[in-house]
Amino acid sequence: MPMPTKTIRVDYLTRVEGEGALELDIAGGAVSGVRLAIFEPPRFFEALLRGRGGAEAPDITARICGICPVAYQMSAVHAIEAAWGIALDPPLRALRRLLYCGEWIESHALHIVMLHAPDFLGFPDAISMAAAHGEAVRQGLRLKQAGNALLRLLGGREIHPVNVRVGGFYRVPTSAELASLAATMAEARETAIALARWVAGFPFPDFARDYEFVALRNADEYPMNNGRIVSSRGLDIAVAEYEGAFAERHVAHSTALQSERREGGNYFVGPLARFVLNYDRLSPSVRALAEELGIGPGCRNPYQSIIVRALETVYACEEAERLIALHVPPAAPMAPVVPRAGTGSACTEAPRGILFHRYDLDAEGSILAARIVPPTSQNQATIEDDLRIIATRDLALSEDVLRDHCEQAIRNYDPCISCATHFLRLTVNRG
Amino acid sequence: MTVSRLVIGIGNPDRGDDAVGIAVARGLSQRALPGLRIAETGGDMLGLLDLWAGAGRVVLVDAAGPAGRPGRIHRLDPTAGALPRDLSLGSTHGFGLAETLELARTLGRLPPRITILAIEAAGFAHGAALSAPVAAAVDEAIALITADLREVSDA
Repeated sequence: MPMPTKTIRVDYLTRVEGEGALELDIAGGAVSGVRLAIFEPPRFFEALLRGRGGAEAPDITARICGICPVAYQMSAVHAIEAAWGIALDPPLRALRRLLYCGEWIESHALHIVMLHAPDFLGFPDAISMAAAHGEAVRQGLRLKQAGNALLRLLGGREIHPVNVRVGGFYRVPTSAELASLAATMAEARETAIALARWVAGFPFPDFARDYEFVALRNADEYPMNNGRIVSSRGLDIAVAEYEGAFAERHVAHSTALQSERREGGNYFVGPLARFVLNYDRLSPSVRALAEELGIGPGCRNPYQSIIVRALETVYACEEAERLIALHVPPAAPMAPVVPRAGTGSACTEAPRGILFHRYDLDAEGSILAARIVPPTSQNQATIEDDLRIIATRDLALSEDVLRDHCEQAIRNYDPCISCATHFLRLTVNRG
Repeated sequence: MTVSRLVIGIGNPDRGDDAVGIAVARGLSQRALPGLRIAETGGDMLGLLDLWAGAGRVVLVDAAGPAGRPGRIHRLDPTAGALPRDLSLGSTHGFGLAETLELARTLGRLPPRITILAIEAAGFAHGAALSAPVAAAVDEAIALITADLREVSDA
């Protein structure tokens, strides 16, 4: 008699940003199919951008994601500046990096404490965890507040920042405004260190794979706004060569496109990839903390991404302190902007991994074509491979436990599926 | 004593009726009611904890999932007790409004008075405008909030 065939479904993935579902096919006592369905607006924003002015791209793309608007804004603004040949003075560049620090702090704190930590401690959610680990939850909220303070000052408002523009900023903060955040960032660094020590003590599943890690890398700093694209298997290309190295393909079960290396194979972007490829670019104090916590560039366990996220939060706080201390007021809030025909690409390190944008512009500076490749679609095939291994290993366990294990593995990647909704689901009694 | 009053519109302007909270907040802004603070949010709901800190009276306006009567306004009072757990499923963010309210309750950070107006949606298609029945409910919601806040300030 043939072994039974069945499909296990998780219709709504919880504690991830956006809409996603998972299906596992089991046939003949083995996992025969894994489909992570991501409901991403298929090219909605790329279509919306066509015909709009290049200068509008940063504000429009910031609306793609309420969790990482700075990342979208930064990739857009750098791509348009590349097309129009605009180079930023170091003081303006430093302010952009400071803004990115704010988003890393805020996004990482949310994921570490509210979305991921409950998995390791056996709680269904952060609310039930708060009763037993109130101090950790309060630490996470304090860190988010510190990140928000940076976003408010540099971005204009916390959600969907509006202050960045092609060429620089509409308005730059005064030295006094920046100095007023120095103490907040120093305190945030201490909070982040405590959080890193907390998560490093979690029990981690014994799981490791030989991933191809992909991240930005540049000469003298941990990557945020720029760099070359490098991989753990020797890839080293300029950002403009991205589309020659990576392809996107449609898969039937997802409205998002999945990315893969053109030479074949899946890859891994995000905090763990950055950490492995740029360990030597971290500050000595963050490297010392990593050593104390027993994690280094040899890490291949995606569950330990939570420790790396905490270390990156420490780094971002420290970096914000450094940038504030070294602040030199820019000569002007923006460089001169002269639109011209051309193509511009940029890749920046969103909290979840590299985010690629390309724009083709006409002589008036209008957008002819736009291409946006978010980190989650780059990780999607890698997540499915992890799930295949985990589901095969746990096939004998109950369906509920198997589902939990799969959801936890997905959360390792902090997937952020753009253009999320916010509605409340009401149960209406029809009496 | 004046109670600090705050209305927060929640939604994504690019997702059809999900934008109704934002539409109500913008409509209220145009009426320039004295002493009323108005905010919009569309991202991480945890930011609400900072946004409403210090406010004595808070009204949240959000879309509700389609349930047969688009435009119908439901009034929920989170101070009265926990919201139904399945409320949270509608948010496609990792930490939604229902979770944020429950966390605020756990940490003692709920405003003294808070009301949610949940407006039943027809759909959440990418790039769609508000549906006709939901657009028609915007003025009704504004009238409800205005009357509600007047009551508070007269009390």
